[in-house]
Amino acid sequence: MTIAVAMKVNGKAVSGQVEARTLLVQFLRENLRLTGTHVGCDTSQCGACVVHINGKAVKSCTTLAAQADGTEVTTIEGLARDGKLHPMQEAFREHHALQCGFCTPGMVMSAIDMLRRIPRPDEATIRHELEGNICRCTGYHNIVKAIQAAAKVMGG
Amino acid sequence: MYNFNYHRAGSVDEAVALMAKASDGRFLAGGHSLLPTMKQRLAQPTDLIDIGRIAALNGVKTESNAVVVGAATPHAEVNASAKAIPALMALAAKIGDPHVRHRGTIGGSIANSDPAADYPAALVGLGATVKTNKRTIAADDFFKGLFETALSDGEMVVSVSFPKPEAAAYMKFPQPASRFALVGVFVARTSGGVRVAVTGAGPSVFRVKAMEDALKAKFTPDAIKGITVPAKGLNSDIHGSAEYRAHLVNVMARRAVAAAA
Amino acid sequence: MVENGIGARVRRKEDFRFLTGQGTYTDDMNRPGQAHVFLLRSPHAHARLKKIDARQALAAPGVIAVITGADLEAAGVGPLPCGWQIFNKDGTPAHEPPHPVLAVGRVRHVGDPVAAVIAETRALARDGAEKLVVDYDPLPSVTATAQAAKAGAPAVHDGAPNNVCFDWHFGDAAAVDQAFAKAAHVTTIDLYNNRLVANAIEPRAAIGEYDPAADRHTLYTASQNPHVIRLLMGAYVLKLPEAKLRVVSPDVGGGFGSKIYHYAEEALVTWAAKKVGRPVKWTADRSESFISDAQGRDHVTHAELALDKSGKFLALRVQTTANLGGYLSTFSTAIPTYLYATLLAGLYTTPAIYCGVKAVFTNTVPVDAYRGAGRPEACFVVERLVEKAAQEMGLDKTEIRRKNFVPKSAMPYQTPVALQYDSGDFITHMEAALKLADHGGAEKRRADAKKRGKLLGVGLSTYIEACGIAPSNVAGALGARAGLYESAEVRFHPTGTVTLFTGSHSHGQSHETTFAQLIAEGLGVPIENVEVVHGDTDRIAFGMGTYGSRSLPVGGSAIVKAMDKIVAKGKKIAAHMLEAAEADIEFKNGTFRVAGTDKGLSIGQIAFSAYVPHNFPLETVEPGLDETAFYDPKNFTFPNGTHICEVEVDEDTGAVQLTRFVAVDDFGRIINPMVVEGQVHGGIVQGVGQALVEDCIYDPTSGQLVTGSYMDYCMPKADLVPSFQVATNEGAPCTHNPLGVKGCGEAGTIGAGAAVINAVVDALKGFGVTHMDMPATPEKIWRAMHGKAAKAAE
Repeated sequence: MTIAVAMKVNGKAVSGQVEARTLLVQFLRENLRLTGTHVGCDTSQCGACVVHINGKAVKSCTTLAAQADGTEVTTIEGLARDGKLHPMQEAFREHHALQCGFCTPGMVMSAIDMLRRIPRPDEATIRHELEGNICRCTGYHNIVKAIQAAAKVMGG
Repeated sequence: MYNFNYHRAGSVDEAVALMAKASDGRFLAGGHSLLPTMKQRLAQPTDLIDIGRIAALNGVKTESNAVVVGAATPHAEVNASAKAIPALMALAAKIGDPHVRHRGTIGGSIANSDPAADYPAALVGLGATVKTNKRTIAADDFFKGLFETALSDGEMVVSVSFPKPEAAAYMKFPQPASRFALVGVFVARTSGGVRVAVTGAGPSVFRVKAMEDALKAKFTPDAIKGITVPAKGLNSDIHGSAEYRAHLVNVMARRAVAAAA
Repeated sequence: MVENGIGARVRRKEDFRFLTGQGTYTDDMNRPGQAHVFLLRSPHAHARLKKIDARQALAAPGVIAVITGADLEAAGVGPLPCGWQIFNKDGTPAHEPPHPVLAVGRVRHVGDPVAAVIAETRALARDGAEKLVVDYDPLPSVTATAQAAKAGAPAVHDGAPNNVCFDWHFGDAAAVDQAFAKAAHVTTIDLYNNRLVANAIEPRAAIGEYDPAADRHTLYTASQNPHVIRLLMGAYVLKLPEAKLRVVSPDVGGGFGSKIYHYAEEALVTWAAKKVGRPVKWTADRSESFISDAQGRDHVTHAELALDKSGKFLALRVQTTANLGGYLSTFSTAIPTYLYATLLAGLYTTPAIYCGVKAVFTNTVPVDAYRGAGRPEACFVVERLVEKAAQEMGLDKTEIRRKNFVPKSAMPYQTPVALQYDSGDFITHMEAALKLADHGGAEKRRADAKKRGKLLGVGLSTYIEACGIAPSNVAGALGARAGLYESAEVRFHPTGTVTLFTGSHSHGQSHETTFAQLIAEGLGVPIENVEVVHGDTDRIAFGMGTYGSRSLPVGGSAIVKAMDKIVAKGKKIAAHMLEAAEADIEFKNGTFRVAGTDKGLSIGQIAFSAYVPHNFPLETVEPGLDETAFYDPKNFTFPNGTHICEVEVDEDTGAVQLTRFVAVDDFGRIINPMVVEGQVHGGIVQGVGQALVEDCIYDPTSGQLVTGSYMDYCMPKADLVPSFQVATNEGAPCTHNPLGVKGCGEAGTIGAGAAVINAVVDALKGFGVTHMDMPATPEKIWRAMHGKAAKAAE
């Protein structure tokens, strides 16, 4: 069956008619062409697909588009305002917390959610909280540094 | 995944009615056990009945002697709200990862009865009661085996009631890749005695009577130092042999007692 | 001094698009009218492939076409080529069985592609593929490296007796035998270098497109070297001339070797796009990556080190069996041979070395280069032996190394295994690492850990690698079927901005930034005025791609050569415009100046005049300012360094926590320290991953890949490691390339594994443990502590 879904994505109302089996990440990438949200695995572990639903980080590869119907979704494309990077994006750039860039959108979305819940995490907490995100390039060292730096800027 | 019919239920009654009409339906709450299975095309339900937004199934209520968790309550909410049972809060924080905890629910977890899931240890360890749309089921009777529960066709978990213990703790040795429990041990001391529940090690959660008896006499790690579970019948895979899991049951149990005491 | 030139920690130019979700990876692209392909893959490790009935699939909703191996064979599509020929001890060539794009007659590993279903959507293609009826006749399989060549093992390929692809050797066996005969001590080790999966987080993807008007094919692919794909696919598989084939590798989400090779899916989508008259897209699921991306390592090795009574190395003898999987991947044969045996001297003066390598076929996914590629395997053999020898002879781990290091004064140093190290100062980086690691405080930390129920172990490893691959004549003499130079084109535009076209390919390496820094340094052009273009065979003259830490030493050198040509031409133009002799023109910081005067012109003015040649020496110089250079390296480069790690082992569970990791590396001259540190961090974690958690395991009976997803293949996560302390020593730059650079991409991975295992063994020394195979899992350690035999996977 197909179903109608409607939601707010990055502040804009969007809608579509999709197969019931459509995942949120497919709806974002294929219907809305918001290809910043990536798919790196099929077992809900890599975190490349993390977006926010109603302000909370979720894996959009393990959420049906139907489950996001009526919600507010924020993706990596919705963070920068008027060409100015979000402090977390800025911290990732400043601290070289990305290399190939593929896990980066999920990392940034997860990191923002982390600071929402834990404003001033220590290193061990950051490392533990990154349990749902895999990066194969950076060795995590600079990601940890970037999140620590962003926590200071974001006033936690 | 295969395609299916999607329904969003507004109430428990509606959900149960929708399920009755489906030829092979499944309840969908967070979907964090079901959707990964469907993505691998290992399950092909005809209908998904979304119960995630039923208000009555959401939330953590603290009663005088118990904490009652709605079936569609995400792990993160239990971690934030189950303050009356700190060991339960802490267990919820060890499930999956932060994103999974925002979506995955207690009802979905226990209905799936994954042998390595964390919640079964809390249910059995605390002697919880599962309330369904039809009846209540004691945790000891709920988990029947590998991916098997006492739930009948179309029966839906509504909430889980956890009695408050005097002391409790959960210790988990994670499987390194999936972060499910290779071995997880929940130990609780209650007015009625001590319960020791083990997840990850066997085909389904189980209790260790010998440890419970010893801990009832003396609630210290040393009291169970020499008590081991037999390796025979335990899970064995690339992440841990049955013998190693048996060893870990003792280590995790002692650490749980130390943390609870 | 140039701003943002060599040595500056320039923030990356590529980051804005990646941080805002505007990168363009292959799966982000969609071509007009595009169809999707799903590959049905063998569920069997080994089977006869008898019949494929596609009738139901063709009738399924949305299905456009079904393609089988027979269809491709009938159309004249050739097998996937192997790029490196190896010869047996007896001089005969290695056995190179055909590797069809889609299986024909037999399937040889779980995941071997059997048929392609093209449909309107990816989901419908997969639905349709389930309707294919494939008649398999399962055969017994062999997956384990040590079992493949044994009598009675199932034959993976007809015509490869005992599953041996080649039986190769290198070095002076007689000299080694003589040295062993007079040795005071012999240290022996048997080890398994575990198989790994590269796991770039972007799964591979490819889109084929055909333009009938121009009779031209385009392949978009997540690849590390588009020109080589064009060459191999065009010349060997699809038989298309280069001019009819464009290969584009847009943003690529990591490679680590696994995206070097020419894969079946690339040829398939390119061929199929013409066949069905629509663009055809394929994107792997992670589960599919596990059974279709070339895997890494997988060596079984017996090694012996002969020492004199003082601990001086006399000779090394190594016998390795290398598992190549079910087919030969593009560079598979070179990895366990010339990228392995030639590195067995390590940093030491060992005078005689002999290495035999038997390469075997098995019913597993093909094995090829994975970050480090042969060199981590060599480092692991050498550094484990050195550590074990020190333990056996009662020598300190640093003392045995000091005694045997090639001294700086001996450079250039000819090893007994062909390589000539041009530079290196080994003592200096080891001493620096010991200091950085507070090695002196280790025993106190050990005592503190013990009080917490933790066993502390200290591990040290040193490494050297051969990078900057490679002098083409040397590679050719050793069997390479390609040259290994690099190209660069520096194109000035009339307004003074620059486009750099490079044959190197960046998939995380930061070339858009570091190469722009080279232009800033060399030509004085601000980096914001430099655009770096890579990854498109229509835009770049030629390229050999990025792997083997070659982009800077080889690709960077080509850039320098192209800049030299720009400057030479600019001097001619400046001489004319400044009315001076060409010999009197100096170029510095972006300005051409008449020596000893203040008369000068900026390179921007020169560029303008080159394109608007009103006052220009047209009789001797052509207009325009656009120079191309190819650089073929004179030698390999030899990055080297010391890694030190500390671990704490939980006495009750065997769990390991990494508590300290230090790396001091010699990469020659550093262009961007921030980028280099990032490469080291990432490399270390891949080495730590191999040492502690990563393992690719096949079921010995069924041949199924047990670790076929992130549920069972353990990827290193942030909590596996601490923050690192890394430093570099720039005191021994490369002597034979113009930048003095050595390359840094693989170093972390090469040195880390041995350091971690040396630390784990050190932690367990009280239990009589002398070796631990990777990955050192909690159960293995627990068994070692309790004297229990290692248990095979169940």
